[in-house]
Amino acid sequence: MKTHLQEHPLHPMPAARPLPAAERAAVLEVVARLGDKPGALLPVLHGVQEALGWVPPGAVSLIAAGLNLSRAEVHGVVSFYHWFRGEKPGRQVLQLCRAEACQALGAAALERHVKHRLGVDFHQTTADGRYTLQPVYCLGNCACGPSLMIDEELHGRVSAAAFDALVGEGA
Amino acid sequence: MSGTRLYVPRDASALSLGAEAVARAIAAEADRRGAAVELVRNGSRGLLWLEPMVEVETPAGRVAYGPVRAQDVPGLFEAGFLGGGRHALALGPTAEIPYLKRQERLTFARVGITDPLSLEDYIAHGGYRGLRRALEAAPAEVVKTVLDSGLRGRGGAAFPTGIKWQTVLKTESAQKYVVCNADEGDSGTFSDRMLMEGDPFLLIEGMSIAGVAAGATQGYIYLRCEYPHAHRALNAAIATAYERGCLGADILGSGRRFDLEVRLGAGAYICGEETSLLESLEGKRGQVRFRPPLPAVKGLFGQPTVLNNVISFASVPLILDRGAEFYRDYGMGRSRGTLPFQLAGNIRHGGLVEKAFGLTLRELLYDYGGGSLSGRPIRAVQVGGPLGAYIPASGFDTPLDYEAFAAIGGMIGHGGLVAFDDTVDMAAQARFAMEFCAVESCGKCTPCRIGSTRGVEVIDRLVAGQQPEKQEALLRDLCETMTHGSLCALGGLTPGPVLSALNHFPEDFKPHAKAAA
Repeated sequence: MKTHLQEHPLHPMPAARPLPAAERAAVLEVVARLGDKPGALLPVLHGVQEALGWVPPGAVSLIAAGLNLSRAEVHGVVSFYHWFRGEKPGRQVLQLCRAEACQALGAAALERHVKHRLGVDFHQTTADGRYTLQPVYCLGNCACGPSLMIDEELHGRVSAAAFDALVGEGA
Repeated sequence: MSGTRLYVPRDASALSLGAEAVARAIAAEADRRGAAVELVRNGSRGLLWLEPMVEVETPAGRVAYGPVRAQDVPGLFEAGFLGGGRHALALGPTAEIPYLKRQERLTFARVGITDPLSLEDYIAHGGYRGLRRALEAAPAEVVKTVLDSGLRGRGGAAFPTGIKWQTVLKTESAQKYVVCNADEGDSGTFSDRMLMEGDPFLLIEGMSIAGVAAGATQGYIYLRCEYPHAHRALNAAIATAYERGCLGADILGSGRRFDLEVRLGAGAYICGEETSLLESLEGKRGQVRFRPPLPAVKGLFGQPTVLNNVISFASVPLILDRGAEFYRDYGMGRSRGTLPFQLAGNIRHGGLVEKAFGLTLRELLYDYGGGSLSGRPIRAVQVGGPLGAYIPASGFDTPLDYEAFAAIGGMIGHGGLVAFDDTVDMAAQARFAMEFCAVESCGKCTPCRIGSTRGVEVIDRLVAGQQPEKQEALLRDLCETMTHGSLCALGGLTPGPVLSALNHFPEDFKPHAKAAA
C-alpha cells in the first residue's frame, strides 16, 4: 500500500516543517483510505482537515506524493477553496453569514458586534484560542436570519444578546 | 407499544431555532408523566416562522403547535396536546393552515409528512413508482417523458432538462455519469437543503432514473460543505438504499447498476457553476471551463454527464409516475410545472411555497409572506440569488415566469426571494454584489476577476461624490464589459443587481443620501 511514499519536501518554505509523527500518520491514513477514489483530492483534504482541524503546509508534499500530484497542484487546490485552512484554527470555528438574506435582517450590525465582542476580525482567532471567526456566504437558513454556525451547530435569529449568551464567558 | 406519534423536525432551520431542545424536553416530560409517545424527526413543512413546529397525530389527523420552545413543553402536556388539546400555540390541523393549504406541492409532497430516513414511509407515500416505470420503459421513452413535461433546470439557468438527458443518451461512451448540483450557494435559497434533509430518497430516485435513461452507472451528489445536516441525511439514506437494493448492482431487481456517492464542496460559490463543479469533482481548483464541449458531451472525467440541480432531479419521479401531461398542466407559458419558492430576508412569514409558475411577486410577498418582518414597507426584493436583480415595488405585479422576469431584466433563478425594508441602502447592496464577485471569482477571465474589484472602487467614488457623472458612466461601461466579456454567469450576471439598484434607486447613490443618513 501507500506507506512508503517518496515525499519531496518543500524547500525553501519555512512554514512547511515536517509534520509531527502523529499528524503524519493521520495524513497517511487518510491518503490510504481515500486516495484511490476518482478525483480524490477534495475528499482527502476534507479528511485531513477533519482529522487535524486544518491542512498543515507540511501535509501538502505528503498528499502530493500519495496522489501522484505535484505539490503545486495540491497547494493550488488548498488555497483556492475558502473551506480549507492553511492555519491552525481555534477550538471552535464560528462562521458568520454575510449574505443578502441575513443582511436584510441586520447581519452587518451583528458582524460589528461579533468582531467587537470577540476582539478579532474575520479569519482570526481569539486571544484565548477558543474561536476562529470566518465569514460565510449563506448557510441556507435564509428565512430565519441572521445566522451563524459554530462548528456544525446552526443558529438562527441571532441578535447581539443571543450571541453574547451563545459565547458566554468564553469570549 | 408505540404511543402517540409526535413530529419534531430535524430540518436545519428548525434546529437553528431550538428543535433539538424541544425534542429532548418532550421525551423527558413524557417520561416524567409516564406518557407513551413516539417521536418522529421529520423534515420541515416549510412554515419557518412557526418553527420549531411540533405536530401530534390524532384520530382526526395531524395537528400543529408552534413556534414551540423547550420551556413551553410542560404546558403543552398540561393542556393535553397529545390529544390535540387547546393551547395558545395551537395552530389547528396542519393541512388546513392556509399557507400550506393553498400550495401546490408536487416535489415537496412528502417533505415534513414522512420520516425522511424511512424507506417504508417513502414507498408508502408513492416512492419508487417513477423508477419502476422508468425500468419498464426504453431509455428513449423516459427521456421523451421528461422532455414532454416541459421541465426546465431548476438550478437557475432553466435549460430544458430533457434535452440534456437526450444529448447524454445519444452520445456513445463506455462510461457516463449523473451529477447532482447540490451546491446551493445563492443567498435566499434553501429548497435544495430542505429537500435533501426532508426527503432524501426522492433525490436518490430521481438520479437513478437519470442513470437508467441516459445509460449512466455512477452518480455523484456535489454537496456544499455548509450543509452538514443534509450531508448526514443523504449518507444515511444512501446507505439504506444500498442495503435494500435500491442502489448498487441490481436496482429494484432490474439487473441494472447505479452507484451513488456524496462529494463535499469546499466553500467556493463558483462551484455551483456546472463546469467548475466538474473541475472540483475531479479534484482540481474550481475554475470554469470553456463551452463547448457541453458537459452532456464531455463532462466529468471527459465523459458524457447528466448534470442537474437537486429540484430538477427531484421533480422527475413524479413526472414518470403520473405522466408528462400531469406535470405540464401546471404553470404558464413556457414555464411548466411548479417551483418551490423560498421567502427569505426581511419577511414576516418566511418559508417554502411550492406553487405553479404564474403567481405574482406581490402574492408571494404579501398573501404568503405577510409583508416585512420589521413591519416597515418592503422597498426592494432580490429575486434569484446574489446575481438576481433588485425589483422595486413597481415590479411586484410581474408574474413569476421565466420569460416575464427576463423581460423586466430579472431572473427567477432558483426561486429565492430576499425582501428588504425601506432602511436598505441600495448603493451598499450594489457594492456588496461587486465585492462578492471579487471574493468568489475563480480568476479565469479578466472581466470578472478585475472588473469586480474595479466595480467596488467605482461605486465607492460614485457614492463619495467624486465626479459622479463620470463614475456612473464608467460603472455602466464596466457592467457592459462584464456582461458580455465574462466566461460564466458569475461575472456575466453580477451587473444585474448592480444596475437594477442604480436604475431603480438612483437616490441612494447620491452623496447627500449618505450625509442625511
